[in-house]
Amino acid sequence: MPKLTMVQAINLALHQEMERDDTVLIMGQDVAVNGGVFRLTDGLFDKFGPERALDTPLAEGGIIGAMLGMAINGLKPVGEIQFSGFAYLTLAQLEGNVARTRSRSLSKFTAPLVLRMPYGGGVRALEHHSESKEAYFAHTAGLKTVIPSTPQTAYRLLLAAIRDPDPVVFMEPKHSYRAFKEEFEADEEAGELSRCRIVREGEDLTVVSWGAMLHRTEKVIEQFVEDTGASVELIDLQTIAPMDGNTIAQSVRKTGRAVVVQEAQRTLGPASEIIALINDKALMYLEAPVKRVTGFDVVMPYFARENFQIPSEPRIRDALAETLAF
Amino acid sequence: MPSKVIARFSVSYQQILDEKGGVDEKLDPKLPDDKLLEIYRVMLTGRRLDERLLKMQRSGRVGTLPVSVGQEAASGAAALAMEDDDWFVGSYREVAGRIARGEELYKSMLIYGGFEEGNISDNAPRMLPLSIILASQIPHAVGLAYAAKMRGEKTAVLAFSGDGATSEGDWHEGINFAATWKAPVVFLVQNNHWAISTPLHKQMNNRTIAQRGVAYDIPCLQVDGNDALAVYKATKEALDRARNGEGPTLIEALTYRMLMHTTADDPKKYRPEQETEEWKKRDPLTRFRAYLVNKRIWDGDRDGELEETVKSEIDAAIEYYRNYADYKLDQPFDHQFGTIVETLEEQRAEYLKYAR
Ligand SMILES: Cc1ncc(C[n+]2csc(CCOP(=O)(O)OP(=O)(O)O)c2C)c(N)n1
Ligand SMILES: [Mg+2]
Repeated sequence: MPKLTMVQAINLALHQEMERDDTVLIMGQDVAVNGGVFRLTDGLFDKFGPERALDTPLAEGGIIGAMLGMAINGLKPVGEIQFSGFAYLTLAQLEGNVARTRSRSLSKFTAPLVLRMPYGGGVRALEHHSESKEAYFAHTAGLKTVIPSTPQTAYRLLLAAIRDPDPVVFMEPKHSYRAFKEEFEADEEAGELSRCRIVREGEDLTVVSWGAMLHRTEKVIEQFVEDTGASVELIDLQTIAPMDGNTIAQSVRKTGRAVVVQEAQRTLGPASEIIALINDKALMYLEAPVKRVTGFDVVMPYFARENFQIPSEPRIRDALAETLAF
Repeated sequence: MPSKVIARFSVSYQQILDEKGGVDEKLDPKLPDDKLLEIYRVMLTGRRLDERLLKMQRSGRVGTLPVSVGQEAASGAAALAMEDDDWFVGSYREVAGRIARGEELYKSMLIYGGFEEGNISDNAPRMLPLSIILASQIPHAVGLAYAAKMRGEKTAVLAFSGDGATSEGDWHEGINFAATWKAPVVFLVQNNHWAISTPLHKQMNNRTIAQRGVAYDIPCLQVDGNDALAVYKATKEALDRARNGEGPTLIEALTYRMLMHTTADDPKKYRPEQETEEWKKRDPLTRFRAYLVNKRIWDGDRDGELEETVKSEIDAAIEYYRNYADYKLDQPFDHQFGTIVETLEEQRAEYLKYAR
C-alpha cells in the first residue's frame, strides 16, 4: 500500500464505508462541494451525490440534532464540526439527547452516529481553533470519545466508530493531519474502541498519551532511551471514554512507574482519570508517584504563547527522568 | 368560521448611489463634506490595511486571517453613523468599521499575530473584541442595550453578523430578546452571499434575510451594502430610533466577499469567477469616489495625498508591531481571574520554568 497522511486515511475510510453501507452519509459545514476546510471529505460529494454528502446550514446544534433523528430512523450520519471549538454548541444535544437515547428508551431507540471534529493546537490558528477539550465529551455517559494518533489507527478507529451501535465523538488531532505519512493497510478491518494500543514495550516506566502529544512523547522517549538506556513502555490511549483501564494497569503492574502526557488543561482532564484508574487497579505496584504533564488551567492562549501552554519536549523529558529517579 | 388575511408584510430595498456613483437626489442624506471625506478615508484605509495584512500573512508575519475586501461600506459607513457612546459589537469582517471607531491599525496585526493584546483599544472603549463563534455576539449586543436602557443612558448598540451566522440559534434568540424587550440595538447583517463555500440557497429558504425581522415584528429593510450612503442612512435612522426608545431594527446589507474566506481558503474550488467579476463593478470605493468627484470635493491630486497618508499610517503600525515590546510571557496567568488563586500560581511557576 502507498504511504498516506491522516487526512488521506480518514478520507479513504469514509469512501469505503459509504461504498459498503448505503445508510452512511456525511454532513456538516462546507463538507460537500468544498470537501471540508481540511479536505477530509474530498470527493464524497462527487461520488455519492448531494443526498449523502450534505452541506448544511451553519448551525452546530441543528447538525447534531438532525443527525440524531436520522440515526433513530435508520441512517448512519457522520457529521463534521469544523473545529472542536464550535462543538460546545452541540453539547446540549449530546448530553441532553444523543447520549441518553439508548438508556432512556431501554434500547428501543439508538443513536449510531459519529461526530468528527479537528482539535488541538500548534498550528498558529485563530481563537477557538486550538484547544483540547476531550474531557467535556468524555464526561458524558453514553457517549464514546475517540482520539486517533496515526493514519492507520485513524482509519481503523473511524471504521469502528461508524460500525459501532452507539454515538461516538471522533476527535482528530489537526496537528497530525499532514505532519507525516505512514505505510498503510486499507483492508477495511475495523479497530477496537475502548482499547489502548501499546506503541512500544518497556520494563521500567509506563507512559500514556494520545493524539498529537503521542508523537512528541514518542520522540522524547526515543532520545531518552538512547541517552539513559532506560526501558520505556508507551501506550496510546486511543479511546478517552469509556477508558481501557486494564491495559494501563497491566503495564503499570509490570513497570511500577507511570507518566501521563496530555495536551489538555490539567484540572479534570483524562490524565486525572488515568491516575485514578492506576490507583484503583495497581496502587500496590507503584514505586513512584504518577506524574502528569499537561496544559495549564488557563484559557488556551492565542498562538504567540501557545507553545508554552502545550507540553514541550523538555517538560516531558524532565517528567520521565524525575519519575525514574524517584 | 371566517378565513381572512390577518397580516400582510413588505420588505423594502434601498440604494442611493447607482453603480456609476450617480445619486438619487430624493434619498441623498446630504451629509456635510467632512463626513463624506471621512467615510472615504475609512473605507480606503480598511482596503489598504487588508492588502498589507495579506502580504504579511504570506510572508509569515501573521497567521491565518479573514479580510473584508469589498465590504468596506457595509461596516465602515455604518460605524460612522454611530454616536461616540454607542457600542460596536462586531464579528470578524468589519475592518473598516473598527477603523471608524478609532482602533489603532496595529491592533489587527497583534490579533492575527497571536496576541490577545490586540483585542482591546483605549481609543475605542465601547467595542467588544472579535467574535469568532458565529452569532454568539448577537445576544451580547442585546444585553449591552438592555443595560444601557436600564441605566438611563441614551445610547444604542450596533451589532454585526454575516449571512451564514443568521442560521445559528444565538442569532434568532438574540433578535427575539431584543424585539421582546424593545432593546436599543441595530442588527446589521453583512450578506456577502457566501459562508465559506456555502451559498445562500443552501443556507436558507428565505428570499431575503431582512424579512426575518418581520417574523419578530421589528422594522427591517435591505440596503445596497456597497453603497456607503444607503448603509449610512439606514443605520443612522435605525440607531436614532433605538435611542428614542423605539426598539431594534434589522438591516440586511447586500455585499460581496471579493476574496477568499480566510487565507486558508481557496474559492476556486466552489464559486464561479464570473460572479466575482460581476461584483467588481459594484466596488464600494469606486462608486463612492465617483460621487465625491461629481460633487467636486475630490480629484486625482487628492488620491495621491490620501494614499500617501494611509500608507505611512500602515507603515507605522507595522513598525510598531515588529518592535512589539509588551510581550509578557506569563500574561495568561495575569488574567484568568480577578483574585489570586493558589494552584494557578503554582502552575505559573512551572509555566515560567519552561516558557522561552
Ligand atoms: C459557531 C461557529 N461555527 C463555525 C465556525 C467556522 N466558520 C468561520 S466563518 C464561517 C462562515 C461564516 O459565514 P458568514 O456568517 O456568512 O460570514 P462571512 O465569513 O461570510 O463574513 C464558518 C463556518 C465558526 N467560526 N463559528
Ligand atoms: Mg457570508
